[in-house]
Amino acid sequence: MNQLSIGNLLLLVIRRDLLLAMRRRADVLTILVFFVMVVSLFPLGVGPEMSMLRKMAPGVLWVAALLASMLSLGRLFSADYLDGTLEQMMLNPQSLAVLVLGKMVAHWLVSGLPLVLVAPMLGLQFDMSPPALGVLMLGLLLGTPILSMLGAIGAALTLGLRGGGVLLSLLVLPLCIPVLIFGTGAVEAVASGLSVVSNLSLIAALLMMCLVFTPWVTAQALRISLE
Amino acid sequence: MAINWFKYSAPSTFYALAGKLIPFVAIAAAILFALGLYIGFFVAPVDAVQGEAYRIIFIHVPASIISMVLYLVMAGYAALGLIFNTRLSSMMASAIAPTGALFAFISLWTGALWGKPMWGAWWVWDARLTSELILLFLYFGFIALHASIDDARRADKAAALLAIVGSVNVPIIYFSVKWWNTLHQGSTIKFTGSTMHIAMQQGMFITLAACWLYAISITLLRVRSIILERERNTQWVSELSEVKA
Repeated sequence: MNQLSIGNLLLLVIRRDLLLAMRRRADVLTILVFFVMVVSLFPLGVGPEMSMLRKMAPGVLWVAALLASMLSLGRLFSADYLDGTLEQMMLNPQSLAVLVLGKMVAHWLVSGLPLVLVAPMLGLQFDMSPPALGVLMLGLLLGTPILSMLGAIGAALTLGLRGGGVLLSLLVLPLCIPVLIFGTGAVEAVASGLSVVSNLSLIAALLMMCLVFTPWVTAQALRISLE
Repeated sequence: MAINWFKYSAPSTFYALAGKLIPFVAIAAAILFALGLYIGFFVAPVDAVQGEAYRIIFIHVPASIISMVLYLVMAGYAALGLIFNTRLSSMMASAIAPTGALFAFISLWTGALWGKPMWGAWWVWDARLTSELILLFLYFGFIALHASIDDARRADKAAALLAIVGSVNVPIIYFSVKWWNTLHQGSTIKFTGSTMHIAMQQGMFITLAACWLYAISITLLRVRSIILERERNTQWVSELSEVKA
């Protein structure tokens, strides 16, 4: 049996998960609609005053993105778990962490990236300035992969449990707080004329750290859940 | 003579040891509580800046310190259980969690009671308050994950992994919250009074020791129940005098 290189394995998993996601497009769209809807509810809840909406826009968008990504995490491993594919993956001689990383990337492409692309449109509804929109997008671009990766740990730990969805949020949301703080901090820095570099660098640093550790931790969590 | 370092890592021997320790620790906790609170309420002078309201620190400060340290202790035990596959370490971790959550809650509650007369608000989004709140959430996550997995060994391992991830995250969360707050505004009021009066210090250290002893005795009590529950089908449990009776 010829061994795949790590890169090829990664691409294979990403391609497979994307293909599966494309076969069930409704799932992807549901998350996007959820994101748009939650954001749209805020002006209805707090009133249409533009100055206030502009001020809370980054927070609202980030929190909505956080919730939307939680919503899709339940499906990260559950389909493969139910039909036994996950067990086959674990029997694979190659590193489980690489497979997990592939699944994380695919999850982000399907549920994180669309949010990043839609965010500026929603930002306009909140009267955000173009530079602020740019920073918001950049922050989301760096931050949403972290949400997918931290969420994957929670998804692996709660695999096959009753009430997994709510539990997953309870486990993962506190861990996501730094991303939320730095992401909204960057946008607010633009609004008050400060440099955005520190906040964005911190998100990027978190991203690097997650990239190194979370695939391995998630692989361990999967082993615990499936043993 | 070779010492068997691992004698008390067996639940059966630790159960007996914990049973012997609990009365001493609990009585010491009660005495120190009485002494510390007496000093706190009657001996320590009134604070120049904060008046009588400052006296809440004799509960508030120990509770905050212990809630934070207990998370690390819990994660440490959980990691031991995960790495060496020792049952007792995992049981200790799940015995510590409710006490840690309780102290985090007490810390927040007393903080709110102190904040109302001092800051004029029950709650402010101060960095320390917020990180304490997040700590409480982390405890809840640990307890909820453990409770929702039926198989005890899987629950131990999954919760252990969560505790380790959480403890790596605690400093990141702490500093992010700190920077978040300083971006908005500085702390409204700081503890800027002169150095603490000696009686205040004594009272606080004594109640801190009392809270520690309380936490230890309750943890031992709880771990004994957990041991009994998990080992209920074993020979040694059925031979215990309290089980036979």
